[in-house]
Parts: sequence; C-alpha cells; structure tokens
Amino acid sequence: MTNFRHITVTVVFVLILCSIGSAGAIRFPPPEFESGYELPDTTVPNPRPGIYDYIDTIVLVLALGLSSYLVLKKRSRKAIFALTVFSLIYFGFYRRGCVCSIGAIQNIVLSFFDPGYAVPFVVLLFFLLPLVFTVFFGRTFCAAVCPLGAIQDVVLLRPFSVPSWLENGLRLLAYVYLGAAVLFAATGSAFIICRYDPFVSFFRLSGNVNVLILGVCFLIVGMFIGRPYCRFFCPYGVILRQLSRISKWRVTITPDECIKCRLCEDSCPFGAVKKPVEQWPAKEYDRSKKRLALLIVLLPILIFFGGWAGYGLRTTTAKVHATVRLAERVRLEETGKVEGTTDASDAFRSTGTETSELYDDASNIRARFGLGGWIFGGFVGFVIGMKLIGVSIWRKRTDYEADRASCLACGRCFEYCPREHLRRKKDSTSQNITAEESDKAEFKSGGGR
Amino acid sequence: MAEKSKPSPDRRQFLAEAFRYAALGTLGVIGGAAFAKRYRMVQDGKCVDSGLCKECGLFEKCYKPQVWQIDPYKCIACGNCATYCVLEESAVKCVQVYPVCGYCKICFGFFEPEPHDINEGAENQLCPTGAIKRTYIEDPYYEYTIDESLCIGCGKCVKGCNTFGNGSFFLQVRHDRCLNCNECAIAAACPSGAFVRVPADRPYLLKEVEHA
Repeated sequence: MTNFRHITVTVVFVLILCSIGSAGAIRFPPPEFESGYELPDTTVPNPRPGIYDYIDTIVLVLALGLSSYLVLKKRSRKAIFALTVFSLIYFGFYRRGCVCSIGAIQNIVLSFFDPGYAVPFVVLLFFLLPLVFTVFFGRTFCAAVCPLGAIQDVVLLRPFSVPSWLENGLRLLAYVYLGAAVLFAATGSAFIICRYDPFVSFFRLSGNVNVLILGVCFLIVGMFIGRPYCRFFCPYGVILRQLSRISKWRVTITPDECIKCRLCEDSCPFGAVKKPVEQWPAKEYDRSKKRLALLIVLLPILIFFGGWAGYGLRTTTAKVHATVRLAERVRLEETGKVEGTTDASDAFRSTGTETSELYDDASNIRARFGLGGWIFGGFVGFVIGMKLIGVSIWRKRTDYEADRASCLACGRCFEYCPREHLRRKKDSTSQNITAEESDKAEFKSGGGR
Repeated sequence: MAEKSKPSPDRRQFLAEAFRYAALGTLGVIGGAAFAKRYRMVQDGKCVDSGLCKECGLFEKCYKPQVWQIDPYKCIACGNCATYCVLEESAVKCVQVYPVCGYCKICFGFFEPEPHDINEGAENQLCPTGAIKRTYIEDPYYEYTIDESLCIGCGKCVKGCNTFGNGSFFLQVRHDRCLNCNECAIAAACPSGAFVRVPADRPYLLKEVEHA
C-alpha cells in the first residue's frame, strides 16, 4: 500500500511537471498498439432532420386554416374544441412546446441586433403566419392552434368574471412583458418568454421546479379565471390584439341579427362580450371631453417619465446580461469586497483576458440598456396613456358584440344565441330539402329515359 | 348634425382597409428583413456577406439551421450540465475521443484522486454512476469507454482528464436527446460561455489530435 502511494505521488508529480510544460496539449502521446487493436469511433448521433420543420409548418398552416373555417363558417364549438385538443397534443406534447409563436418574437428581435444570428425559416413562419391569419380572420390562432391557450382552455372549469377595471389593469402586464422580452432579446441577455413559459414543463413532462410550480398555479387559477396567461401575460397576444382590431372578418355572436335577448351576456369566460351602450349623455359630455383632452396632453408626459424611469433602471436591468454580472463579480473580487471566487470568475481568469476589457464590455452593455430603457419605458408609458384614453372614450353600441381585441374566437357564445339555433335548424332542413330535390331530379331524369 | 358626427360606414371601411394594408406591409418588411438576414451574416467569422451567387446572380444563402453545442476548449466542467438541462436526464454526456486518449494505466478521469487500489472496484472510481468501462488492451494500455445510458454529464471525469491527462474526455450535447430549446437552460447557466450555436450539419465540436 505504501509502495503504491509512493508510485502515485511520483506519477502525480511527474504529471504536474508535464502539465506545467505544456498546458492544454497532449501530455501522453497516443500509444502505438502491437496487438492489432483498432481505435473505436466516437458516436455522433444527428439532430432531428430539417424536414420535420417543414412538416410542423404545414401542420401550422392547416390548423390555422381549419380553425378560421370552424370559427367563421362552421360556427361549431365542438369542432373548435376538437382542434384545440389536437393542437395541444401535436404542438404541445408531441413537439414539446418548442418552437412556439410566442417565443419566436425574441428570435426575430435577436436577429435584428445580433450580427451573428439569423432566424431559422420555421421560426420566421411560426412568427408571421398567425399574425397574417389574424389580420384576416381575427384571433383564430388563439382559439384552437396555440398549445398554451389550449392547455388553459381544457382546464377551464367554472369561470368567474373579472371586473373590468382589474381586467384593464392586469392586461398592462402583457405589454410590460412584451417590452421586457424585446429589451432582453435585443441586448442578447436572455429569452425570458422561454425561461418563464409556465406550461412548457408540462409539455416536456420535466423541467425547472419553480417554473413547474408557476405552471400549476396558472392552471389552478385557470380553472376559475378563463385563460389567465393569454389575457394578462401573453406578449404575442398583445400583437394579436392590435391586429385583431383591424381584421377583415371576425367572430359575430349572432349569425345574422342581434335580437338583444341578453342570453349571451354571461357566456364569455374571457369577458369579451360587449353590451349595448346608450348615446353619450349630454350632461356628462363636457366633463368627459375635458378629461379626454387632459389625458391626451398627459400622454407625452407619461412617455417621457416612463422612458426616464427605464433609463434609471439600466444598472438593474443590465444585470440580466451574463457579462455584466461577471464584470461586477470580478470587480468585487479585485477590490477585495468579497472573499473567494465563482466558477464564472475562475473561467474568466483562465482565459487571460484583461479585466479592463471586461469592464469596457460591461459598460457598453449598460449603455445599450440605457437606450433600451428609454425605449422600453417610453413604450410602457405610451401603453398606459393609450389605455387611459381608451377607457375614457364612449362608444355607442346597439348590439351585443364580441370585443374585437379581446375575443379569443373560442366559439362558446355561439351556443347561447337563439338566432344561431334557428340557423342550424334551417341549415339541416334546407339540406333535407336539397336532398329531396335532388332525389326528385334524379327521379325525373330517370323517368325521362 | 347628429348624422354628420357619425363616421359613414364607407369611411370606416376605408380606414380599416388602410390599416390592414399597413399592418400587412409592416409584417412583410419585418419578415423580409429577417429573411434577408439569412443571406448576410457573420458565422464564426466565416460567412460575413455571401454576396451574389456567381451562377444565378441571386443572393447566396449562408445561413444554416443551428443547434446547441459545447465548445470543449471553453468548458470548465463545472457540473451545471447535469442539473440545469430541462430533461430529467441531461442531454449533455461525456464523450471519449479515442485518438486523443493516452490509454493510461492510471486514468485520472476514471480513478478517484487517491484510489484504494488500481482496479475497477466501485470504491476506486471517480464516476458517480460507474459509467466508464475500463478494459485491458495490452501492457500498459487500458481502453476507457463511456456507457452513455449511465452518464449524467456531471463532468467529474472531464475535470480529472483535463488536469492530468490528454483531455480526451469532454462534454458534448447529444443530439439524439437534445430538444434544441429556443433558450438552452444550460447555456443560460454556463459560467464560461462554452455553449454556442453551431450549424446543424456539423453538430459536434470534437477535439482533434494534432499530428506532429
């Protein structure tokens, strides 16, 4: 045993000498075998072939087309739900939630700011196709294609309505989330939409515990509040909302005319059914007009203060970037404010880069966060201002309508409309009639012979 | 008066139409710019601007689909790969590149720093799962093979082999397992910036032996 210790110590000593002599190089020349031994190959299994990306894209186009058809033409909640379940299985559990249209925002942004990154074709299409469909057909992507919406839709048990002031307030979070996601993607810091995607752990059946807990919370809340992620957090939903406002075709609760029966009033779990509104009362008109004028004046002020606050937060937001964190750590270590080192600071020192170079990099990134903070904060200020203006405008409405922006095109309200039931009855009878007519025609032509 | 203050349906329709075209145009510009980027980009300093294709006169594509990989020369084998991967069993595994291996009798990737004995006994092994197989080839050479089904990608052997040996053990993302997440969770936790995106048609960064 002592003999062996001795040998090891000697070997280690020799090895250390060798390693000092040639760090990183091959210390022991590979042997030349006499027994005819052949070197095995290292296996290199290939990634998933690119053809599957095209299959995903084709499935996406088909699902979007089918969803639009089911929502606008067929008007069948059951069929929409069936497609929802399919999307949940295919885009969710089979494709494991990646790549999704929501996360694709970050890839697009990164490709504009990082000279070394270009967007994969499938990611570009996943970003663009739902937007194009929304411009024409409304949010049919949300209805039955998005796996994140699907998983929330299937757990919706007993929806409670959210008061409109709370709904409007919480919705601002989605805008902030979008702005932050763009800021961090543009600076190359992080893809926060992917990092905090609450449902992707379910799709993969594994993942970070904290995010899994977040997902469980979302699903429990989602049993009673319809689709909380879609309504209050989804950054892609923000873009879809705006495009849905100008869509060429959109969901109508009634197939033809509204008879104001109020049956659909509470049918929407997402609070997207808008009640008729009277003409603006004359006595409130002047006061409201003044308030509106004030809010419009307030808008640039909000934008400025938002931007100023975003700029002020630059040292905090910049900490998300790994280089900035590393530079701060190294500075603390160099100035002796902390004891010991981290893996990252060790790795940095082993590269032999000058610390001043690292500090310069970090301050460049901080400067970018300063500019980004102005834009991000200004955006948030603009959104808050526009929201205030939006809720102060009185719009006359005569019928019960699905709100253009908030409607997720799930089709639940169709079943509540008596006109819809009438249409279905008519459709089935007219089909019978046409069948009878064709029978007659056949009979006639048969008799003519 | 009341009729005049209400916008006529025509005007509303016209505005909606205009906004729609504007939105489609914006999407077209964004999509086009992102698409054009695939023809002009820097990739490891190789493809700065692919310029025009000599035969067809159109832009030549220099973009390739990308996957995550570990640069073995930057990796410090900190052990994050074993714990941060979104998969229960990490997609990162240790690989052995045989031409680099010294076939040492006493392998510092295989044995504990102070082994009780020089044999394959579990108490002597560094690998927590016993994933490395040691086989006698000829005196004094031993072959070390990694059983990937046991390897958890902790990098203990990598550290040992890098410190005292040739560094033929190193961590690589195994693409039969990797989900190619949009943001790799390990890359976000990597302290040395060793995670990089590489072209999918050359998805491994294997060490190569430098012949004198």
